Amino acid sequence: MKDQSNSSKQQKPKLTKAERRELQEAQRAAKAAAKGEGNKASATATSANARPAKAVKPAQKSDNASVAATEKKGGDFPHEKDRKKDVPQPRLQYDDKSRVEKAKRRSVVKQTEARNRVELFRHLPQYEHGSQLPDLEAKFFDLYPMHPAVYKVGLQYISGDISGGNDRCIAMLQAFQEAIKDYKVPPEKSLGRDLTAKIGSYVSFLIECRPLSISMGNAIRFLKSQIAKLPLTLSESEAKTSLQADIERFISEKIVLANKVIVKHAVTKIRDGDVLLTYGSSLAVEMILLHAHELGKQFRVVIVDSRPKLRGQQLLRRLVEKGLNCTYTHINGVSYIMHEVSRVFLGAESILSNGTVYSRVGTASVAMVAHAARVPVIVCCEAYKFHERVQLDSICSNELGDPEVISNVPGRMDVNHLNGWADIENLQLLNLIYDAMPSDYVSMIVTDYGMVPPTSVPVIVREYGREQVWI
Amino acid sequence: MPDVHTLVNEFLNQLKKRKIEGSQATAKQAAELLRSVISQQRLPQTHQATALISAVRAVGEKLIAANPVELAVGNIVRRVLHIIREEDLSLATAAIDGLELSAVSDDEDDVERDDYPVLSAAAVAAAARSTLRPPSLQTLLEDTPISAAIPHTSSSGGDSEGKSRSVDKSSRGRKLKHDVIEAVNELIQDISTCYEQIAEQAVEHIHQNEVILTLGSSKTVLEFLCAAKEKKRSFKVFVAEGAPRYQGHLLAKELAARGLQTTVITDSAVFAMISRVNMVIVGAHAVMANGGVIAPVGLNMVALAAQRHAVPFVVLAGSHKLCPLYPHNPEVLLNELRSPSELLDFGEFSDCMDSASGGSLHVVNPTFDYVPPKLVSLFITDTGGHNPSYMYRLIADYYSADDLVVKRRPATTS
Repeated sequence: MKDQSNSSKQQKPKLTKAERRELQEAQRAAKAAAKGEGNKASATATSANARPAKAVKPAQKSDNASVAATEKKGGDFPHEKDRKKDVPQPRLQYDDKSRVEKAKRRSVVKQTEARNRVELFRHLPQYEHGSQLPDLEAKFFDLYPMHPAVYKVGLQYISGDISGGNDRCIAMLQAFQEAIKDYKVPPEKSLGRDLTAKIGSYVSFLIECRPLSISMGNAIRFLKSQIAKLPLTLSESEAKTSLQADIERFISEKIVLANKVIVKHAVTKIRDGDVLLTYGSSLAVEMILLHAHELGKQFRVVIVDSRPKLRGQQLLRRLVEKGLNCTYTHINGVSYIMHEVSRVFLGAESILSNGTVYSRVGTASVAMVAHAARVPVIVCCEAYKFHERVQLDSICSNELGDPEVISNVPGRMDVNHLNGWADIENLQLLNLIYDAMPSDYVSMIVTDYGMVPPTSVPVIVREYGREQVWI
Repeated sequence: MPDVHTLVNEFLNQLKKRKIEGSQATAKQAAELLRSVISQQRLPQTHQATALISAVRAVGEKLIAANPVELAVGNIVRRVLHIIREEDLSLATAAIDGLELSAVSDDEDDVERDDYPVLSAAAVAAAARSTLRPPSLQTLLEDTPISAAIPHTSSSGGDSEGKSRSVDKSSRGRKLKHDVIEAVNELIQDISTCYEQIAEQAVEHIHQNEVILTLGSSKTVLEFLCAAKEKKRSFKVFVAEGAPRYQGHLLAKELAARGLQTTVITDSAVFAMISRVNMVIVGAHAVMANGGVIAPVGLNMVALAAQRHAVPFVVLAGSHKLCPLYPHNPEVLLNELRSPSELLDFGEFSDCMDSASGGSLHVVNPTFDYVPPKLVSLFITDTGGHNPSYMYRLIADYYSADDLVVKRRPATTS
């Protein structure tokens, strides 16, 4: 490395300040031109010419670099300026009144803000549930810019019919496939820019129905980068087919196949006589348990569940039907049951670059109790859910669910103390959806790239990031 | 006494069927029951204390066996036994001091069984202490009380002195009962007022703009927080609902009604919220001799989260909750499993319960959690604030070492 830089320094001609300024301007212009063209080749050519010093490494990388059409992140070995643009855009903070007003004016879905909001979470949106659906249904025929498939998915999100990271992502991508199939380029507009804008509007609609999950965000970035990478020579129908094929490939490789690889790796960690604990209902973990059972391994499963969603009951039913021996308990009882457990398998919504596992609320508590009892915790997560964001605790970024479900306990008529809670001032109900688990609770992460420790996540995001992850 | 027997059986039934909720109510009722037992117990002339002790022991053994997990019952039984011993001891020392001030009354002679010749002061003291002597080889080998040996050591004296001794003994007997019942009344009073004394200390621990977390519901915690509110400290409370009993809902409603900013969260969100919390305040079911806490289920998880985030974990407990036993395997032995119907609906899962389909389904619904002493920062009791490592010393104040195992000793005669 040092030799390279030394030799490269000798190669670089000595430029005066004015000349350097000129060079910078030329580079910037070239970049802008490259963006406008949407042409990868010219951009890399000009940037390669403009920077002879860093020839070796960047040359290899620039071939793979995606053009920064929609990305503000540079493809080449980052310059100081570009490195700043690598920082992910800050998300909309809902206590910023002016921006919220702007967003409201542009919004499609009319929502009323919830009463009795928790002070600590003013930076997150909270709307009264049930207020969106009737309004949307009335507007169905007015929303001509919205494709019906996307509209349907939005409604399914609001009503909660589709929930869970993978399901939501697949539903959204399939809706986009439909939308692309029916898309027609308006005259005098380029396919790339117009389609990107349309996808952008669909995404805003979906965000209003329910905030995006991190995996969905990654999928959308993939789609936009594929649109940007379309060569100009393709006709409209060819472009559309290619995009649809890309989406199909994403779903099959990054989600379906990835889960199979995860199962293959993780099943090796289950031995006869194990007692495995899992929390909630995760697709990857369910597949692992069923596969291990098919292979004939003898083990017991403990399912820990919690309010308000009680997803663990569905997992319990499916596992018992397949013949596994299951024990069921609620999250408060996890300390009691942990002294019997030998391994803990958890699913994740996403894994962030500082190793924090972002998952369904309660997962962090289970991992903490397991850690205190010296039980290994294995997190199973597809690589497309990794993200370069970082987060330290669960408050800075989260999602707020419907507070009504806390006061109503299904099946327990005697627990009705909180009826009419909204009228009691001083009383708020908080329904958090996610929480952030610190990386020291995790023993191992099983992904489709293999079994890695939590410290390898930013490496995977960077090395296999964007270019190869999204192929 | 039929009255006492029916009372005892009633209480036993209630304990067995778990009809009594809460350690305070249980402790109070147990104390009242034992008071009736004592007051209706006929005492012999000599060794009244031993007689009382074995009577209380007999009843206590049955009470503890009815609900072993309700440690408050055993605590009260042991407290009463300790009271009897203490009162007996203090009376004996008073008798030694007041040797000169004895009244003579002739009719007392008839009741007397043993012939007490004149006794010297030292012999009296020895006799007095003999009733409370810890078990030693001598007492075990002696069938009859030590008074049989005393005539040999007696010095000569007038009959009047002997009568005065006998008067002392019988009036001591009446006085013993009286003192014991007074002390038990004090105990009942203490149990009833433990909330106020704990709540008085609230203002030292809760300051302005604090955020407090609690789980489930406890009257002690409610009074504690309200006392701080009375002193114009404004703070916020997060209440975790405490599945599957959901008592957190009740507590939250109460607190909101009294003007405190309350937020109800699910138990799974405790780890997420605890980074913004200044203090965790909880009640306990029982406090063990090593400083460990038997607490409602879920509190071990909260204690671990509090330790991770360096948040003080404060346990409020009245002194009737302090148990002189050490916890061995507390998750299993000091726990109760409740009905699975609180977690799963039988109707929905009846087809799964049928093991012919393949897998077996087992539901675990524990009532209590054990929190080890290293996770507890402070105990606040009606005698003040204490470290967990200090709790074993409080035991010496309230309990005697003889009473740890409440079983009738076969050698003792009543």
